Amino acid sequence: MSDFEKKVLEFKNKLDQTQDIKLVETIRSEIFGKNGFINQEFKRIGSLSVDEKKNFASSINKAKQELQNIIRSKENEVLNKELNEKLEKEKIDVTLPEKEFKIGKIHPVSQVIDEISCIFSEIGFSVEEGPDVENDYNNFTALNTPENHPAKDMHDTFYLDKNMKTLLRTHTSPVQVRTMLKGKPPFKIIAPGRTYRSDSDQTHTPMFHQLEGLHIDKNINMGHLKGCLNYFIKEFFEVKKIKMRFRPSHFPFTEPSAEVDIGYRIENNKIIIGEGDKWLEILGCGMVHPNVLKNCKVDSKIYQGFAFGIGIDRLAMLKYGINDLRSFFECDYRWLNYYGFDPLDVPTNYRGLSR
Amino acid sequence: MKFTKDWLDIHLKSKKKESQIIDKLNNIGLEVEKIEPVKNELSDFVIAKIIKASKHPNADRLKLCEVDTGENKIVKVVCGAPNAKNGLLTIYAPPGSVIPKNGMKLEVSKIRGETSYGMLCSESELKLSDESEGIIELNSKNDNKIGKPYFGNSNKNNVIELSITPNRPDCLGVRGIARDLAACDFGELKELKKTKLNKKIKHNFKVKIEKDKNQACYVFGSCIIRNIKNTESPGWLKNRILALGLRPISAVVDITNYVMFDLNRPLHAYDLDKIKNRIIVRNSKKGEILTALDNNNYTLEENMCVIADDEGPLGLGGIIGGTRSGTEIDTKNILIESAYFDPEITRKTAKNLDLNSDAKFRFERGIDPNSIESGLDAAADLIISICGGEVSKFDIQQNRKFKPLEINFDPSIVTKTIGIKVKSNQIFKILTKLGFNLKKKGKIFSVKVPTWRPDIFGEIDLVEEVIRIMGLENIKSIEPEKNRIKPTLNFYQKHFHLAQRSVASKGYFETVTWSFTDENLNDNFKEEIDTIKIVNPISSDLNVLRNSLYPNLIFYMEKNSKRGFDDQSLFEIGPVFTGKKPGEQITVVCGLKRQSVSDKQHRQMDVFEIKKDLVQTLMELGINKDEFKIEAKTPSYYHPGISGSIYSKRYNLLLGYFGELHPKITKKTFGFEVLLENIVEYKSRTNKVKESLSFSDYQKSDRDFAFVVDKQINAQNLIEVILDIDNSLIKDVKIFDVYEGENIPSGKKSIALKVTIQSDYKTLNENDLTDISNKIVNSVEEKIGAKLRS
Repeated sequence: MSDFEKKVLEFKNKLDQTQDIKLVETIRSEIFGKNGFINQEFKRIGSLSVDEKKNFASSINKAKQELQNIIRSKENEVLNKELNEKLEKEKIDVTLPEKEFKIGKIHPVSQVIDEISCIFSEIGFSVEEGPDVENDYNNFTALNTPENHPAKDMHDTFYLDKNMKTLLRTHTSPVQVRTMLKGKPPFKIIAPGRTYRSDSDQTHTPMFHQLEGLHIDKNINMGHLKGCLNYFIKEFFEVKKIKMRFRPSHFPFTEPSAEVDIGYRIENNKIIIGEGDKWLEILGCGMVHPNVLKNCKVDSKIYQGFAFGIGIDRLAMLKYGINDLRSFFECDYRWLNYYGFDPLDVPTNYRGLSR
Repeated sequence: MKFTKDWLDIHLKSKKKESQIIDKLNNIGLEVEKIEPVKNELSDFVIAKIIKASKHPNADRLKLCEVDTGENKIVKVVCGAPNAKNGLLTIYAPPGSVIPKNGMKLEVSKIRGETSYGMLCSESELKLSDESEGIIELNSKNDNKIGKPYFGNSNKNNVIELSITPNRPDCLGVRGIARDLAACDFGELKELKKTKLNKKIKHNFKVKIEKDKNQACYVFGSCIIRNIKNTESPGWLKNRILALGLRPISAVVDITNYVMFDLNRPLHAYDLDKIKNRIIVRNSKKGEILTALDNNNYTLEENMCVIADDEGPLGLGGIIGGTRSGTEIDTKNILIESAYFDPEITRKTAKNLDLNSDAKFRFERGIDPNSIESGLDAAADLIISICGGEVSKFDIQQNRKFKPLEINFDPSIVTKTIGIKVKSNQIFKILTKLGFNLKKKGKIFSVKVPTWRPDIFGEIDLVEEVIRIMGLENIKSIEPEKNRIKPTLNFYQKHFHLAQRSVASKGYFETVTWSFTDENLNDNFKEEIDTIKIVNPISSDLNVLRNSLYPNLIFYMEKNSKRGFDDQSLFEIGPVFTGKKPGEQITVVCGLKRQSVSDKQHRQMDVFEIKKDLVQTLMELGINKDEFKIEAKTPSYYHPGISGSIYSKRYNLLLGYFGELHPKITKKTFGFEVLLENIVEYKSRTNKVKESLSFSDYQKSDRDFAFVVDKQINAQNLIEVILDIDNSLIKDVKIFDVYEGENIPSGKKSIALKVTIQSDYKTLNENDLTDISNKIVNSVEEKIGAKLRS
């Protein structure tokens, strides 16, 4: 072994043994510095013979390469070790709670209104609205409910004046009147909104929500009404089949009038909609009375159609298993959190009504 | 309307079972509301157990018993029996029941200061024996029968209760129900029983309908029956009366009630000997007083229809009779009234007096005006057979004739309305069975409407009759078409939807609260608006329409706080009323936020958090931040120093408020309001194509400044001044510190800000930057009076 080789080996051993990055740097300058080992050795080349020159130069280059690699990997090794030690010290308990955040909630009534709008949008209905405060004419008279008729007893009305001319609308049907008076047929609308009746017990609240539907065109008959409601109920409850029954009834503003029941059964204290042998009344409907059309300046010889009214709160209760209507309006934080919907759950046609 | 199957059998010859009839009734629009076993006089008396018998605090010989009356219902009963003791099984009579021994109706009463709900019975009280020493003691076999009627339900029949819609007065009588069933081939309507009354005595009592203005009485028919022996009703009649949920009184009264429910023909029986001289049907005078059969005194207004004699009112026409001329068990001679009263006037009178009765319920819906004589016939016949006596000829006073309505009915309108073909002979058959009289006139029918159907006015009503009887299940469903005339939502509706989800996504829980509120709470928020009172509120704390969403939201937030929720974010989106006319309302989104003070982990909530929620919501609704103009002026319900309002610059419309609520209203709570309708459609935004995006790739430089300014200077002013200097170079101004205190003169504050400078055309050199920096300092010093902080 030549002196050169001995010296190289010595460097290698030194590097191998150290874990100190400063020492590695010192060794590096001993080897590669201006007056370091490698340069010193190169200076010796001039005094050698041609043959020796070639061989020696090649062994210096080889050693240079080798030592460079060793230093680099040593550096990596030491730095990694130091970093790992540092990281080890930084270790924290990741089971500690995340930073606080709040997920807001959409009220079930709002969610259900969005679901309903989405379903009716698919079959071409648009959304109309009307004021909460109505006059007696739009709420009753135009809807073929004459003054002093017992049909008025079906609605316990809140009045804003002693003459009983201004009132809180008892149903969303006055939106029919407003819509027809301001436009020209055909009409194809739904109107969700707040409605008011002076009634308060286990199953009634002085304010509740209704959805009005109106479709007036040439040749719209009760078959269309049936098809439309059948479609809606199926889509809303997200079931393939629905047991439905139309029962004749009476509303002053429709003729013929009907109430619609859906079949249900109770299983493990939970309601299963669409099957079973029990019936649940969910909406009222019928063909718009010619007197209403007349009051709304629509020619009933040319145009006819259907209307319906649905209790939105009731639908929400059925679909989402909420037992107490009054709880909708009591704003209990726990209730809102439990029954409310994530604001990102926007009902859409393409993604579906609910998650 | 209540009836039983065996009652129906009187009018309908049918082999159908009760269950089939119930289904059919539902199917033809006579909704079955309830089916329950017929009650008899004794069904009220149930087996019960004394849970605890203790001494009455104020009476030595009375006991205070806690009684289990079944279904876990425990009631308190005061009892004098010496044998009342813990665990005793006995018989309980609830309030409302009638004790067989003395006919006494039980009421909730106070006995020596303790309320007693009903009583425990002895054998003698139930007419079981003469034993009256103590209450009945039942053996332990009855332990599993607590709550069950002691006498069982002897009658196997069910009471079927229908909910009759207001258009069908004819079905407020059993015969009407039978007629509907017969029309759908559920049997045959029997002929009314022909009476063979021997009207041998004279009707020698004067009856007159006065020609008053708006006289409600159109027909007044009557007959006299003399020498009757009024009595308790026979069993069959009592059972009918009990099935209706009424109490049997006497044969005469029970018979008039029976005829009313049987034929929908209200009647009234007077004790003839108590009527002074004659009967006059006239309008009342103001202040006349009637003591009615419900034991109330009614002071009459002017022009109410009364049946009167020479002494004054005997009853209110079509509504209720008076006690003065009421029949009693020893009444000898009676006059039976069978009349027709105008529906509207009758309804108005009853409403005015807040009076309800079975007769009024029928007259306001419309009675068959041609049923006067058949009603007298049926009642007189029954009275003669039960009470004996002699009947007079009928006296009919009448001031108007009732002609049946005639409708020209084109049968093709049936198909046009319901969508399926119906043969004209089927239409003919159904309507005929319902009592309509049809004559063919070419392609159409001329239809005479029976006088018991006041709900039928035109062709469409006949269509309903046809499809109702055919069954709505025959209508074929037509799949809806998926075409759209117009967009589902308009601009404002989209905004409503977006605002709702936008606020909720910031951690707020959506609430829905009443549109009305407590006037006292509302007063804090109404500002300039006149209070909108509800004339007939549901309760005194919900007596006005809300002028703000805050009163209810704060009310419920406090409630939640009491439940132990310290951190709350609530919001509502909905109407706020600005006047009492239709349309005087606006849509507001209102958020309310409160954070617990004890929460040290987080920065205490301040106004900038609520401002952030508002600003972010407005931006999500599509308004650029540079559109905002912020002012410190807000309504009085906000903290005057810690609140602001945001306006849109372009339209100068108020977009919303934010701030801490006034401490006198609620403690440390922040809120914001958005006036949704003030976010108007920007014309430029209807163009969906965006301008192409351009941005500068040249180097950006930041320069920091600190200015000392007067305390009143708004940060916004400072920013605007700097942005105005050169908008081709100054890209952004951000405030990073506001400082008052040491080293700053009093009345002044220091605002530190970072200005971002960048050119679209070149990299700025040091000279350019110094240049613009100098401009900034000069402008701010000049326009705001600020000093660069050294």
